[in-house]
Amino acid sequence: MTDPLLSVRNLRVTFATRQGEFQAVRGVGFDLGRERLGVVGESGSGKSMTGRAILGLVRPPGRVTADRMELEGQSILNLSERKMRRIRGSRISMVMQDPKFSLNPVMTIGDQIIEAYRLHAGGAKGQARQKALDMLAAVQIREPERVMAAYPHEMSGGMGQRIMIAMMLAPDPEILIADEPTSALDVSVRTEVLNILDRLVRDRGMGLIFISHDLNLVAQFCDRVLIMYAGRIVETLSARTLHEARHPYTQGLLNSLPRLDAPVDRLPVLPRQDSWRDGGPVGESLETDLPGGL
Amino acid sequence: MLSLALTLLGLLLVTFIIGRVMPIDPVLKVVGDRASQAQYEAAYQAMGLDKPLVVQFFGYIGDVLTGNFGRSISTGQLVIDDIRHVFPATLELATLGTLIGVSIGVPLGVIAAARRGGIIDQVARVVALVGYSMPIFWLGLMGLLVFYGILGWVGGPGRQGIIFDGMVPSVTGLILVDSLIAGDWAAFRDAFSHIILPASLLGYFSLAYISRMTRSFMLEQLGAEYITTARVKGLSEGAVIWRHAFRNISIPLVTVIALSFGSLLEGSVLTEIIFSWPGLGQYITKSLLAGDMSAVLGGTIVVGVCFIALNLLSDLLYRVLDPRSK
Ligand SMILES: Nc1ncnc2c1ncn2[C@@H]1O[C@H](COP(=O)(O)OP(=O)(O)O)[C@@H](O)[C@H]1O
Ligand SMILES: [Mg+2]
Repeated sequence: MTDPLLSVRNLRVTFATRQGEFQAVRGVGFDLGRERLGVVGESGSGKSMTGRAILGLVRPPGRVTADRMELEGQSILNLSERKMRRIRGSRISMVMQDPKFSLNPVMTIGDQIIEAYRLHAGGAKGQARQKALDMLAAVQIREPERVMAAYPHEMSGGMGQRIMIAMMLAPDPEILIADEPTSALDVSVRTEVLNILDRLVRDRGMGLIFISHDLNLVAQFCDRVLIMYAGRIVETLSARTLHEARHPYTQGLLNSLPRLDAPVDRLPVLPRQDSWRDGGPVGESLETDLPGGL
Repeated sequence: MLSLALTLLGLLLVTFIIGRVMPIDPVLKVVGDRASQAQYEAAYQAMGLDKPLVVQFFGYIGDVLTGNFGRSISTGQLVIDDIRHVFPATLELATLGTLIGVSIGVPLGVIAAARRGGIIDQVARVVALVGYSMPIFWLGLMGLLVFYGILGWVGGPGRQGIIFDGMVPSVTGLILVDSLIAGDWAAFRDAFSHIILPASLLGYFSLAYISRMTRSFMLEQLGAEYITTARVKGLSEGAVIWRHAFRNISIPLVTVIALSFGSLLEGSVLTEIIFSWPGLGQYITKSLLAGDMSAVLGGTIVVGVCFIALNLLSDLLYRVLDPRSK
């Protein structure tokens, strides 16, 4: 097999607090190919921190350590800020939760997309503008000319998130981290945004890390799923075989989903056990071949 | 615009009432202590004081709107002419002070926030604390002692050295500007050496305030999600701070700078006295001590109008800078 796009081993994110060290991520490891990898876990389980650590965006007092963090075979662990900046945006990018807050309110949408593109691709302003228009069209925004001149507050949530996707994909990164990209959106536009994201990521043969707390969504949308609990991966599953989950936490998550075909009065509460925090992961080993045979 | 008119009306009402309730008899001030009863009555009527208060108030509004603040009893001039004379001195000082405060305070606040807890942040904190707590008269006297008395680097009190007094034709009343217009470099250098010390002093106080406000606005913005977006794009820290965060704080900063400028316009009384600066603060204070109410109220109205104008200006700038307000 060839090198995976991204290979992470024993990733740890530690915060020094007054009560001692707090580990938000405790030894996470996975390989990412040109696939859609879901990361699921409850709030606070360290999903976002994992994403930010990959981008080198954990700010002090947070500290990142790992045995390995490689992008196409080259280590990106603790690179200098200068070198990391050349990777951010151009090779690994990220879409965040709420476009209301993640777009700059006083810059036009066009300027924000053009900035992202020109930073890495350079080129003339006119050419960058054309690229921005193309990207807006690619995320199915009608009247891209008008949207280019508009400000973020004039856009709806669904539009805003499509703009974010257009902006982050403009410099053609190989990996996109989508951190709960649809959690802040109306249910009615979620599918639409997901489909656009899916198509773009597939067409470009990118690797996608899709972070969510919604197991159902991830199961539909991803090839493989990592289940995180308290900063660790407790189980790795193929999305098709989710029902074969062996870890009690995953089983609990699956059972707490309401089902139309088997309605119940009360959904079961998920009881947690201390042993989950430190038990080893179950499921496929890290070193198995990546789907797609790349 | 309506709220603006109401504010102005409120200002006039307050100054009008103050003018009536002050324990100073305006008639007596005009006719003097030894006037006969008949003379007193005549003056009383001539000043319209026998008319109902409402009528008097409308008369007063008309007067103010036409720039008629009455005659100053201490200078014998029309108050409006006095103000035309002293206001540019204050304006020049406050403008230069604000320029100094902004050009140092804003970058200092931005850097302090960007390197929170670092050495520049600590220095900025101490500088601001000293600025807040140091009495201005002490600092002013020390400044004069050191830079004028001992080192001789700056001109002494007043706006100009004696030999330049009245040599520059007055166009704007701002001597720095007038001497430039006249192309008189010697006069410019002289005026500059006189204004630089008091302006630095005022600038220091405005710097203390502006740098603190800038820092706290900046910290708020640097924690926002769109800043993470900017970093994800791969932008340099400089671009993140100046192109993204700073553009967002420039909006509230406009108000802070306008407020600080306004307070220098009205509040530099002590500085003007220490540096014998013939400005509005000194004029109002002297008039107050002399019981010269027309001058005091005239000066007060000018200060009030300045505040209202600054508010209007910062509102307009707000609308230009913030796309969300459209
Ligand atoms: N600056 C910080 N100091 C201490 N703990 C932090 C800090 N930032 C985040 N954390 C902790 O890291 C943990 C993981 O957070 P996060 O990755 O955002 O969770 P998730 O995205 O899965 O909801 C949380 O428990 C959070 O409280
Ligand atoms: Mg999160």
